[in-house]
Amino acid sequence: MDIKKHIEETNYQNYVKQSMPKSHLLKECVMAFIVGGLICVLGEALNDLGEMVFRLDEDGVNAFRSAVLIFLGALFTGIGIYDVLGRFAGAGSIVPITGFANSIVSPALEYKWEGYVLGVGAKLFTIAGPVLVYGISSSIIVGVIYYIIGVV
Amino acid sequence: MGARVGEKTVRFDMPPNILGFSSVVGKDEKNGPYGACFDITFEDSLWGEKTYELAERKMQLKAVETAIEKSGLKAGDIHILIGGDLLNQIISSGFVARQMGIPFIGLYGACSTMSDSLLIGAMSVDGGFAEHVVCAPSSHFATAERQFRNPLELGTPKTPTAQNTATAAGAVVLSAQRGQYPSVISATPGRVVDFGINDVNNMGAAMAPAAAETIITHLEDIGQRPEYYDAIITGDLGIFGSKLLIKYASELGWDLSGVHRDCGMMLYGDNEKMHCGGSGCGCSASMLNGFFLPEMIKGNFKRILFVATGALHSPTSALQGETIPCIAHAIAIEMGCSI
Repeated sequence: MDIKKHIEETNYQNYVKQSMPKSHLLKECVMAFIVGGLICVLGEALNDLGEMVFRLDEDGVNAFRSAVLIFLGALFTGIGIYDVLGRFAGAGSIVPITGFANSIVSPALEYKWEGYVLGVGAKLFTIAGPVLVYGISSSIIVGVIYYIIGVV
Repeated sequence: MGARVGEKTVRFDMPPNILGFSSVVGKDEKNGPYGACFDITFEDSLWGEKTYELAERKMQLKAVETAIEKSGLKAGDIHILIGGDLLNQIISSGFVARQMGIPFIGLYGACSTMSDSLLIGAMSVDGGFAEHVVCAPSSHFATAERQFRNPLELGTPKTPTAQNTATAAGAVVLSAQRGQYPSVISATPGRVVDFGINDVNNMGAAMAPAAAETIITHLEDIGQRPEYYDAIITGDLGIFGSKLLIKYASELGWDLSGVHRDCGMMLYGDNEKMHCGGSGCGCSASMLNGFFLPEMIKGNFKRILFVATGALHSPTSALQGETIPCIAHAIAIEMGCSI
């Protein structure tokens, strides 16, 4: 029996596409909005803390806020909570800077058994690498365009 | 020695007996609806080892040792160990074989390894080339995630069609020894079937046509209807893949809905965290050895067709845009027909 003679490939693919279980888009957007929003609220609170309590200047506040959020993202990854959060928050916990920390700390934890050079060292940026490569590349391009516009 | 029947099936002359079998599973599997069926369970995914790879090796080793012990044999009596797993260079199996000191044949059949190894094991025994053979596949959630997907702690959600690689191992001792045991009557090796599915998070849909082809070929070859079997058991099609199998088999005139069971759907029950169900070599191996074989011995099933399914892609092939080639082998097991 040759199943390909009885079922057409494109028909099968179309049926799969049409009948496969789909994500609950609205529910996931709402969750992402709430969790992402709460992380941003935390960021705002850190801003105020830096400004009002520690009396930092603008650059100082920015650095303070980012450093604390990155620390928290790394900490919650380390104690195994961030992936649980990510399961229902989706983009809400991936997009903020804490998600970036998660994407670097999780491979670091995972590949420590392969050693600190060829394990952690080599695999640290497996997830964050593409973001860095294209993030930095595009900012260079934007910078050059900005410069040219300035000169003209 | 066996004879060929129909297009692809092999019927064994002296059906090899399943003398002993074992299952070892982790925490999520233990907490599933069949948790009480398994021989050995453990809570922590490292199981006291330094790495997940070592934990998987320990699982497979325990499964092999337990199955041999339950058959009343010694490691020295086993002529061939047939093992396989999901890791690069099937390291779990190779290292277990190093420890056991039994002549070793390593297989890669992805999640179809239980069927794969039973097929080759039964041929070796019926052909008279081995007296006792052990078939032993394993898979571990954490090692498979490392191999195929993302770091464990990465906070990305899975798609609704995704399946969870089972942390489980099983071992079966096939033997030429006569007596009242479940025995392997016939087997149908499957072809590699590819219906152009390229979503690695939708394995059920990729594998369903392969399962359908092998099951229908087997039934045609032996000239029987699905009801001939008390259960036709697929390995890890999951909820969506099983739905596709039933639909397309019935379109071709084979109604499997009454007898079909899927290990991937059974292993975790309704646990939503597992999306479409379980997968991995250990999923079908642990369900066969933990549930179906014991049920046969109790007399609740007389005849089963065990069809473990496998997806033969790799992360590299997936990134290079290849579609997912899939396979399924059918093994017919019958209780107490032994000569």
